[in-house]
Amino acid sequence: MSSLSRFTLSVLLVLLTTSGSAGAATLEEVRARGYLVAGVNGGVFGFSMPDKDGTWRGLDVDTARAVAAAVFGDAGKIKFTALTAVQRLPALQSKEIDVLCRNTTQTLTRETTNGLSFAHVNFYDGQGFLIAKKLGVKSAKELSGATVCVLPGTTTELNAADFFRKNKMAWKPVVIEQVSELGKAFFAGRCDCLTSDTSQLAAHRSVAPNPDDYILLPEIISKEPLAPVVRHGDDQWYDIVNWTVMALIQAEEFGITSANVDEMLKSKDPQIQRFLGVTPGLGQSLGLNDRWAYHIIKQVGNYGEIFDRNVGPGTPLALPRGLNDLWTNGGLMYAAPFR
Amino acid sequence: MQTARSKIVKPPVTRVGVVGWVRANLFDGWLNAFLTVVTLLVLWKLVPPLVQWALIDSVWNTTGNACRETSGACWSVITANLRFILFGFFPPEAQWRPAAAMLILFALLFVSRERSHWRQWLAYAWVFGLIVMAALMRGGVPGLAPVDYDRWGGLPLTLLLSVFGLAGAYPLGVLLALGRQSKMPAVRLISVIYIELIRGVPLISLLFMGSIILPLFLPEGVTLNKILRAQVVIILFTAAYIAEVVRGGLQGMPQGQYEAAASMGLNYYQTMRLVILPQALKIVIPPTVSILISAFKDTSLVVIIALFDLLKTTQTMLHNPEWMGFSREAYLFVALLYFLGCFWMAQFSRRLERELSTEQG
Repeated sequence: MSSLSRFTLSVLLVLLTTSGSAGAATLEEVRARGYLVAGVNGGVFGFSMPDKDGTWRGLDVDTARAVAAAVFGDAGKIKFTALTAVQRLPALQSKEIDVLCRNTTQTLTRETTNGLSFAHVNFYDGQGFLIAKKLGVKSAKELSGATVCVLPGTTTELNAADFFRKNKMAWKPVVIEQVSELGKAFFAGRCDCLTSDTSQLAAHRSVAPNPDDYILLPEIISKEPLAPVVRHGDDQWYDIVNWTVMALIQAEEFGITSANVDEMLKSKDPQIQRFLGVTPGLGQSLGLNDRWAYHIIKQVGNYGEIFDRNVGPGTPLALPRGLNDLWTNGGLMYAAPFR
Repeated sequence: MQTARSKIVKPPVTRVGVVGWVRANLFDGWLNAFLTVVTLLVLWKLVPPLVQWALIDSVWNTTGNACRETSGACWSVITANLRFILFGFFPPEAQWRPAAAMLILFALLFVSRERSHWRQWLAYAWVFGLIVMAALMRGGVPGLAPVDYDRWGGLPLTLLLSVFGLAGAYPLGVLLALGRQSKMPAVRLISVIYIELIRGVPLISLLFMGSIILPLFLPEGVTLNKILRAQVVIILFTAAYIAEVVRGGLQGMPQGQYEAAASMGLNYYQTMRLVILPQALKIVIPPTVSILISAFKDTSLVVIIALFDLLKTTQTMLHNPEWMGFSREAYLFVALLYFLGCFWMAQFSRRLERELSTEQG
């Protein structure tokens, strides 16, 4: 898109956010409609992608399903809209979608200028480098003069440029348009290393002729906290989405899974009783049924289950939990208290 | 005068038969002989490895990992994902419905090829066929569960956008062409502005405007579905191009045709319908068809607004790690489908030209 049309678009966005954001009750609209509309990416394996049967799968998809489960008590009352990077913000502004779960990085300008609110992060990503072991490189600082395969037009390319400039190293970007071609070019030896978000690098590595020949370098050169997004100005709806993500994390911390949630209803722990709505109050204050968290866990599972199902060791991505582990295990997943 | 003594001499063997043909067509002079040899050499280098890759070494029904072991083409990427490539999000248990709808469409198109079939019953058949197709795709009638627009995708979506895009754009284009030739200043001005504005903007920009800017102007709560937006944009865009081609045909008509029609007392409508348009449209069949063919291929641009047409469903399944890297096979398959569509249109147009030809042979 040209800079002119991008300018026009941002002017429109600013106009709209300043005029039409006053507290429209998204919850009422969603209830009246009978289903939630979630914006997703559509082409990122493990995060949001249709499977062979056309069923949506992925971590972002399951996060959106959890919101549907919280609102309706039925994770199936949801429709997914695939959106491109350019479409995603206007789609939210024009109320085409209720929530955006599309690996969107939380940034200051997106919250302010674009008038968006980011809920709790559902995946901490970061940009890294994938390289062949046989080159003997142990650190990204040794990449001076390297040819680097990268997707064009993303922040990835800019981050890499920043990194090499900061460390006063020369580099030669090899720009490749399609995600699916990127790995192919790398394994064919067209570049020394491949840079992308680490979750994507894992996907590329998994299809390498011999995955063990490649390693991820330890440096992570950017922070990419990916979170669900809603419109500014509807605090109740923001709370629902935000606390839905926290409920997923809290459930894992409590050890509540989709398998044992029914037993947990009988738990004597007052915290768990409040969480699952055995002791009423929490759901009502969100404007939801008191059993909201129960429905989420029963139908979608806790954060750990969602992670394992979509991107964990059993999947082709085989991502380690890393930053996305619970805070008790050294990760960043930390939910505020449910009381 | 022929006498009994004269005998029939056969032409030399180097002038007729296979040898003669080869000499005349392939080795006629040094340059041609050289080109023939080079071509044969290139074919000899290219064809056997291609056959080896595409057919002999290829695998057809395996997993992605098994594919990585072979040196040939991995057609499994198509067979394993065929359902999603062709039908996208349509519920698997109901996928016979889009399949049946497409069969009906093909049958109607096939029957419509024959000009002798262009009678009233065919019009009824189309109306009836379209209603049945809509019912199959949309559901909501007894016995068919409703299926939302957002689950339409794959080949049916591509065909829908193309067939209705072309069917809508052609009449609109003809009207615009007539408008541009009109003696009424307002009509002429509007037509000129429309045509120039639309032609001055790339289809991608229009699709972006349709999908991003348009919803911002709609009242709250009103959402037009994405497919309809793209469909309207494709119709509006193609119509502007067809209008200019048809205008070329109209300007190619000798003034005598208009005068002859006027002298027979025909009014404007009759003149156009009976005299001018049938001739003008016939002249411009070749450029019209090339616009229609490019419009058919342009429908694949809807990937940029995240509609899951045939190309997008194919690309999507290439993002699955199991099938990542088999883009060659996947794109070849899609290219084949597009080629069949375009080839059919080209064939049809040539046939139409032949049948409509009034030249005395």
